[in-house]
Amino acid sequence: MPPVLVFARLTVQESSRRRLLLALVILTLLVVGFSAWGFQKITTVTRSDGTLLPHDQVSLITSQLLIVITFMYSGVLALSAAVVAGPLVSAEVESGLLLSMLARPVRRSEVVIGKWLGLAVLVFIYAAGSAALELTAVNWATGYEPPHPIELVLYVAAEGLALLSLGLVLSTRLSGITGGVIALVAWLMAWIAGVVGDIGTGLQNSALQNVGTISHLLLPTDGLWRGAVYAMEPDVILTALRAAGTAGRANPFSAVDPPPTAFLAWVVVWFALMLTLSVWSFRTREI
Amino acid sequence: MAAAAPAIHTVDLTKRFGGTVALSGLSMTVPRGEIFGFLGPNGAGKTTSVKLLLGLLKPTSGEAWLLGEPIGDLGTRRRIGYLPELFRYQGWLDAREVLALHCELAPLPRSIWKEEIAAALDTVGLSERADDRVSTFSKGMQQRLGLAAALVGKPELVFLDEPTSALDPVGRHDVREIIRGLAARGTAVFLNSHLLSEVEQVCDRVAVVDHGRVIASGTMDELLSGTAVKVRVSGLDDSALTKLAAFGPLDDEGEHLTFTKLDIERVPELVSTIVALGGRVYEVAPRHQTLEDRFLQLLHEEER
Repeated sequence: MPPVLVFARLTVQESSRRRLLLALVILTLLVVGFSAWGFQKITTVTRSDGTLLPHDQVSLITSQLLIVITFMYSGVLALSAAVVAGPLVSAEVESGLLLSMLARPVRRSEVVIGKWLGLAVLVFIYAAGSAALELTAVNWATGYEPPHPIELVLYVAAEGLALLSLGLVLSTRLSGITGGVIALVAWLMAWIAGVVGDIGTGLQNSALQNVGTISHLLLPTDGLWRGAVYAMEPDVILTALRAAGTAGRANPFSAVDPPPTAFLAWVVVWFALMLTLSVWSFRTREI
Repeated sequence: MAAAAPAIHTVDLTKRFGGTVALSGLSMTVPRGEIFGFLGPNGAGKTTSVKLLLGLLKPTSGEAWLLGEPIGDLGTRRRIGYLPELFRYQGWLDAREVLALHCELAPLPRSIWKEEIAAALDTVGLSERADDRVSTFSKGMQQRLGLAAALVGKPELVFLDEPTSALDPVGRHDVREIIRGLAARGTAVFLNSHLLSEVEQVCDRVAVVDHGRVIASGTMDELLSGTAVKVRVSGLDDSALTKLAAFGPLDDEGEHLTFTKLDIERVPELVSTIVALGGRVYEVAPRHQTLEDRFLQLLHEEER
């Protein structure tokens, strides 16, 4: 097996043996269970005349609630990615774990890319697995399905991957705690900056709008989150948001349009830049 | 360089960290199949040298070759084993899996892994713990595991950085036997250590490094050709001890004074001087210099 895949396998193996995966699976099952119960309750809500809510209305409420639940999932994924990626390289340098391995015929780029690859696989498995479970539960409870489930998984996973990539860059130079904290703060700041951008759109203030745009370029997590939101919005919501004009765009839990192609292209470039920076930073680090 | 190239050859290898000189102009040659002891006090530049040779650090200037190839050459690392001073292995793997990982990275053909792993575990005495998680190992056992990892693939050159720091006397004895075994099969061993008796017992050749500079090097016989004299004495004050510095480097251990390099012909003169200074001599014991005598003498000369 080439070294890059050996390091990817080791990363997955470590997460599994340290029971990180088990913890995430148990927590996810708990959330899915509770949310299924909660969604099911929507179908039992009655109006003042004692009749049940019509299916369209149940779907509408479910779609909005699903966006909030998904925000939690994306948060769990982003936080986990930052916490795991922060010490990914630095902890092994500090402990000496990497020393004997780096004395083997192994390129440092193989270490960095292998670790990224291993965590990327875990991020995708978590995003796809938790989405499959949650959407199945929601469908069972209310009969609702979001319009673009595949895109939803891809956007949520890409958000986690972005935090993982940022954490990895930091991990090549900073201690695990420092790198993890910086990645988390950056993620929150990017989200808040996205909200500021929304307010700018609502107020038609270009300076505030630029804050949102620039933050999406520096750390595309919020931009990707909006993609996930768009993938969950039924047509009726989109129509209402568009009818509301700029005010409809001033909400971090709504998206009127899918992320532009130029932004998605930038995300690909951004990932390549982060990986290149990680490799360069680790290659030039003295151990 | 050809196959007969020395195991290690360095020319003016220098490493600076900012304004601190960690290693200054290291020039040395370690022949194939020899056990080479690299000695020095803490912070002398020993580990820096090993890391430079392994490509973990980049030299500020100078050149070096391992097994005839320039340092940093990826292919050469297939033929090298390394036990770091700061040894740590994946606690969530078992011992066999750690060694399999090193076989994979070495890389060795999968068909010989089982045999290599079994042999390495047997050599370091960990066969019975092969399937236990490394996290359950004591520090000494982890160091043994590190040694086993350095041995897989029958390397031509092995770097051992303080290989017995976590071991008990039995473990130290075992490691000496392993090192002798390596040399017997033609493997060169670069032994970094500040445990002088350990080095004295196994090394063919040593270099003493201090403040980033090699202050002496040669075979054991060349280095330890002098005589040391241990005197049991009382009644000497500090000014008297200062005057005795004329007899060469002095290791003052209270009642016992060791003149780490003193010609045997000067012993009567030394005794009469001590008596003249008011000292009472109970015992005079000349002996061949030990590595510790020589080491202290070299550091003493270095300070002056």
